Amino acid sequence: MLQLPLVVTAQVDLVLVLVSLLAFWTRLSRLSYPNAVVFDEVYYGQFVSLYMKRVFFIDDSGPPLGHMILAFGAYLGGFDGNFLWNRIGADYPSSVSVWSLRLLPALCGSLCVPLVYLLTLELNFSHLAALGAALLLLLENSLIVQSRFMLLESVLIFFVLLAFLSYLRFHNAPNSSWSRFSWLLLSGASCAAAVGVKYMGVFSYLLLLGVASLHTWNLIGDHTVSHCVCRFMCLVVVPVLLYVFWFYIHLGLLSHSGPHDQLMSSAFQASLQGGLSRITQGQPLEVAYGSQVTLRSSASQPIPCWLHSHRANYPVRYENGRGSSHQQQVTCYPFKDVNNWWIIKDPGKQKLVVGSPPQPVRHGDVIQLVHGMTSRFLNSHDVAAPMSPHAQEVSGYIDFNVSMAAQNLWRVHISNREAESDVWKTILSEVRLVHVNTSAVLKLSGVSLPDWGFRQLEVVAEKLFKGHSSVLGWTVEEHRYGTSQEQKEREAELHSPTHIDIDRKMSFWAKFLELQWKMLTVKQEDSEHKYSSSPLEWITMETNIAYWLHSSTNAQIHLIGNPVSWGVANLSLLAYQLLAAVYLVRRRRGIKDLPDAVWCRFSCLGCVCVGGWVVNFVPFLLMEKTLFLYHYLPALCYLYVLSPALLEHAHTHLLSSAIQRQALGVCVSAVLLTVFLSYRNFCPLTYGSPELSANQLQGLRWRETWDILYRHR
Amino acid sequence: VSVQGRANFKILRDTSTLRNRKSFPTSAPNTPVSKGQSCPTGNDAQSSNGTSAQFSSRLSDRHMCTVLLVLVVGLSFSTRLYKITEPPHVCWDETHFGKMGSYYINRTFFFDVHPPLGKMLIGLAGYMTGYDGTFPFMKPGDKYEHHNYWGMRGFCAVLGSLLPIFAYLIVLELSRSETAALIAASLLIFDTGCITISQYILLDPILMFFIMAAVLSMVKFNQPFSASWWLWLVLTGVNLAGALGVKFVGLFVILLVGLNTVWDLWRLLGDLSLSLVDIAKHFLARVVGLILFPLFFYVTVFAIHFVVLNKSGPGDGFFSSAFQSRLIGNNLHNASMPEYLAYGSTITVKNLRIAGGYLHSHWHLYPEGVGARQQQVTAYLHKDYNNLWLVHRQNTQSPTPDLVRHGDIIRLEHKETTRNLHSHLHEAPLTKKHFQVTGYGNNGTGDANDLWQVEVCGGQKGDLVKVLRSKVRFLHRATGCVLYSSGKTLPKWGWEQVEVTCSPYLKETPSSQWNIEDHINPKLPNISLSVLKPHFLEILLESHIVMIRGNSGLKPKDNEMNSKPWHWPINYQGLRFSGVNETEYRVYLLGNPVLWWMNLASLGLYLIMVAVASVALQRGFSLKHSHVLMRGGGLLLLGWLLHYAPFYTMGRVLYYHHYFPAMLFSSMLTGITLDILLKSADLLLRPPYSDWLQRAGQLVLLFTVLHSFYLFHPLSYGMTGPLAHEPGSSMAGLKWMDSWEF
Repeated sequence: MLQLPLVVTAQVDLVLVLVSLLAFWTRLSRLSYPNAVVFDEVYYGQFVSLYMKRVFFIDDSGPPLGHMILAFGAYLGGFDGNFLWNRIGADYPSSVSVWSLRLLPALCGSLCVPLVYLLTLELNFSHLAALGAALLLLLENSLIVQSRFMLLESVLIFFVLLAFLSYLRFHNAPNSSWSRFSWLLLSGASCAAAVGVKYMGVFSYLLLLGVASLHTWNLIGDHTVSHCVCRFMCLVVVPVLLYVFWFYIHLGLLSHSGPHDQLMSSAFQASLQGGLSRITQGQPLEVAYGSQVTLRSSASQPIPCWLHSHRANYPVRYENGRGSSHQQQVTCYPFKDVNNWWIIKDPGKQKLVVGSPPQPVRHGDVIQLVHGMTSRFLNSHDVAAPMSPHAQEVSGYIDFNVSMAAQNLWRVHISNREAESDVWKTILSEVRLVHVNTSAVLKLSGVSLPDWGFRQLEVVAEKLFKGHSSVLGWTVEEHRYGTSQEQKEREAELHSPTHIDIDRKMSFWAKFLELQWKMLTVKQEDSEHKYSSSPLEWITMETNIAYWLHSSTNAQIHLIGNPVSWGVANLSLLAYQLLAAVYLVRRRRGIKDLPDAVWCRFSCLGCVCVGGWVVNFVPFLLMEKTLFLYHYLPALCYLYVLSPALLEHAHTHLLSSAIQRQALGVCVSAVLLTVFLSYRNFCPLTYGSPELSANQLQGLRWRETWDILYRHR
Repeated sequence: VSVQGRANFKILRDTSTLRNRKSFPTSAPNTPVSKGQSCPTGNDAQSSNGTSAQFSSRLSDRHMCTVLLVLVVGLSFSTRLYKITEPPHVCWDETHFGKMGSYYINRTFFFDVHPPLGKMLIGLAGYMTGYDGTFPFMKPGDKYEHHNYWGMRGFCAVLGSLLPIFAYLIVLELSRSETAALIAASLLIFDTGCITISQYILLDPILMFFIMAAVLSMVKFNQPFSASWWLWLVLTGVNLAGALGVKFVGLFVILLVGLNTVWDLWRLLGDLSLSLVDIAKHFLARVVGLILFPLFFYVTVFAIHFVVLNKSGPGDGFFSSAFQSRLIGNNLHNASMPEYLAYGSTITVKNLRIAGGYLHSHWHLYPEGVGARQQQVTAYLHKDYNNLWLVHRQNTQSPTPDLVRHGDIIRLEHKETTRNLHSHLHEAPLTKKHFQVTGYGNNGTGDANDLWQVEVCGGQKGDLVKVLRSKVRFLHRATGCVLYSSGKTLPKWGWEQVEVTCSPYLKETPSSQWNIEDHINPKLPNISLSVLKPHFLEILLESHIVMIRGNSGLKPKDNEMNSKPWHWPINYQGLRFSGVNETEYRVYLLGNPVLWWMNLASLGLYLIMVAVASVALQRGFSLKHSHVLMRGGGLLLLGWLLHYAPFYTMGRVLYYHHYFPAMLFSSMLTGITLDILLKSADLLLRPPYSDWLQRAGQLVLLFTVLHSFYLFHPLSYGMTGPLAHEPGSSMAGLKWMDSWEF
């Protein structure tokens, strides 16, 4: 039975709606201008293309969620991945929907403004303070620039703010309601998303965990344990699982082999379609006497390569006068080549074919390795290696009748036999080859040989080896059972490709761990960039980044913040710390300036905002990475929440007379006005239009150290 | 045992009523039994009011206490001084620090990345024991022969022997438990690593001595404004200055003491029974004792350093021209050269940035991919023939020596390679915002990019350029940039010299200012120049910046096996002090693995115990040892963290022995942790079983320590014969990790 009247009451915060609309307007208008690759779009774009083509890649700059969000935007716009991202400033063809590429980051950037508004409210400050924070964020040129392009900072900031907002919602909600735990869950999910977009999100996540554990610590004394368990689940377990889930999607999407395959292990490569899997599918699993194999070094530094030999001998004397054995060179070669094939031979037998049934090689067996094309035996002896004289030379043995006996026996040592098995397996087993006569271990030294060695990598036998090291490990990558008895036949056989079909599975967890580990350890050459900067320069904005310059005019886009808001932020940071110090000392002496509730609110503000600034700024001082001004933006957002809240605090608790309060009001309005004016002033550099004359540009160069570009006409 | 335990807890309360007024608000009546449980230390003021029965028990306890201390002292000295003169050749870094000790005896100026106190003390010890400073300390393995080296080694060993004693006293002070103190001391006494590192001419024993002494003085000062309080305060200050004066690692212990002091002051501030005047007195006393006094001491050390070393030596080039003029034998000492820069002169040009080098070039090109493939131009810190440049006019060579003036356009030709100083619009190798500087042309013929405008800072057009005294800038004519030294070290292709660039930012900074240091022109009369003698504070600042630059310049080499901080606590790999082959006398710096792994396990155990105790306290239980655990253990854990964690952020090359200061704290923490763990046996069992368990645990511990020392002692006292992986070696079967190299 319907009861009448049917009433719907809705409360709409018009101010919130208004600032949101303004935010959308500033971030989303003319999004497809400039129709050219802007700054780091050139970097993220290549990954978006690879997602579209579902080609595997590895990027050390951050976890995959951020890339996937960008790729999702591209997918919505129907981008097919066919664009060559090679140069900043290159024009997009009409087939690329620029608007959709930039839409998601811009949306996230716009939503940050209402989020900050709500966050200030959740910190128990007034709507006026919330409006102030929203306006500061709204009129921040650097945030606008960073939001309007295919970049990740705005997405990161969005998730971080969302995480804090939902956590505080949870914390402030009345104890009884169970729906509040959905806020907690949302907070955990946002944390996972923030960390998934950029590793930098970890800093904010840890801060949130810190705040949450402080709150929880107080519960331990009087509450039941179930609360704590619930918090732990939502804020630790869920984020970790979600983080892994991003990788699950990532690996699910990228199923094809691609340019970065060689950084991964053979097993990983074999799990990708095309590439290695095409070669290795259906190979025999167990390596047997008579097997023809290529041996890949487990080290991916300096470059992945295969054990190799060729018809050229070591020079009799090296440049520095040391002598060599003058036997055939053995190297490590970074390309597929027929000279990478080796045949595994039983020292007791003459034949080079696999018997039936095949006799598998096990851990501890002694073998000889015969080079397929030249039939030389892999040999080592007490002669100093060419580039690393402390280690033994490795050669293809030639009998020169100079009383150098062949020492070509090698013992197979399977390093991961606990995890795999005692039998030498293709791709799965990591093997060390221990020289029987000298106990030296076959090792990739990683040094390039001079011209006589065709610049290939040196292979040595190391006597004094230390612990576990990937340069000592070798994996069988391509493998087939040899069938040809004659050398000629065998050569033809070696030239033919290997093929049959069986699928080799690698579990998701193994792939995840390997990928994550590689992403954290792959080092790209870090060198200084023209626009890189040091963290201390960020506080005073001594630096800028030129994002884009029109191909013929002076129209340009720069990452330059709003200097007035920047100053306000720095002042409020300083003021908060001073004020907090004074309050703390006075409280310690038993003088309570503030009621407990106000003090609690004040310290909570400090924990979130000043704490947020500290965790997002200080770690950069210790990093040796190439850093840019945009790394400072998350830290800056915290300060923009702090400033208006601190003003409100001053207004209600520090200023006693009405006149003082009015004066403060006037000051604040004046500051807001200058913030707006300075925003307008820098708009041409933010939006890239209108074009300015050289003089006007010179006028915008407020700091000596800013690089503004002038086009010579 | 529970009685005992509670008694211990009472003692704690008694001696530190001030300290833990908040944690223990209940005021239990003092039980007299409590007095006897612990060693009454010097400042234990409350322990004087006992009855006669207690007096006798106290007497025996004090007796016991002395016996224990004597035992620790005896063992400590005997383990360190045993075989002190073996091996009779230079071991490992002795080659550096022995040499630097000799420099003090010879009064020769040198440069080192560490502050001077440690080497001064080594020099002093050598001097006192009759070493004459003549041994060259060329390389490890050199035989000492007739030279008196035992004095220097003995000095280090004596300081090293004091470490276990200090550890004993510190732990005793923190925990009031002889067992804990004894565990900590024995861990250090029987650690092969500690023994080895104490026995040679190294900075580490001296550094660790000051660190431990500082911590000991810190925990000892707690009776405000008594005479002993002042003494300990001043001692803390002296030791802090000493630690910093030996190595910059001393900063960590300063941080530890600083944090402890801040915590202490915060506690005093919260004590409303103290007036603000009292607090101000406390504050000022600490400012004087812990900041001003150590600063004075530290500066004095440097003053002595500069006074003693007054002869020119291998370190000159690292310092500014003004500094060099103080050194006897340096070419700038009472220098005599043409006063104003002239065309046709041969000059060296030195960057004015502190520790800036000489403008330098050599027969090597920039590698492919680094700007244009032209000859390298760098800044070099040593005096070298390749630092010489010829000053030419823009085009024609004038036979008459004419003076260079402000605003003149000149060409600088590298004397050795006859290439001109050149710049162009290519990125510089490291500082990508700047332009590359190269050597270009042949026999002085180049192009328009070789022209530089001379500008005297603060000068006007037509001013002459004074040698040594004018600050000069070189502006590139074609691009308008200014010759600049960035201070960044080039990679191997640049011989790890310092980058020189041309900066488009024209702000005047010392990096873009240069002075003319040597000036040779036979056609002009030499005039004796009295260079302004630098002020002492300038020298002090300069030498610090040079040291810090030098420290961060110690980058790991590519082919070297690099020690990582995570290797250290697990004792992953040691350091070879002497000997490689079977026939040689081998000493290997490696901590006693049993003890080190015990330390590692205790760290984990400590964290678990603290977590359990905190939760229990939060939920309203009371635990009797929790104060020692949290306060004493917390201090030591902080010490360990401060001496260990910063290494993760360091870019410089790291070695295993950097862990030893942290290891001292870790061992002391183990003492407290294990002691409390054993005492907590009464949570599981009832007495007397818990008592038996405790005793048994202590015995097992003692046996483990002694037996592991027996097994591993050859590491410190030397091994000969076959290596460990062969049978018949003294270390056979003890190579538990593949990475150990003995």
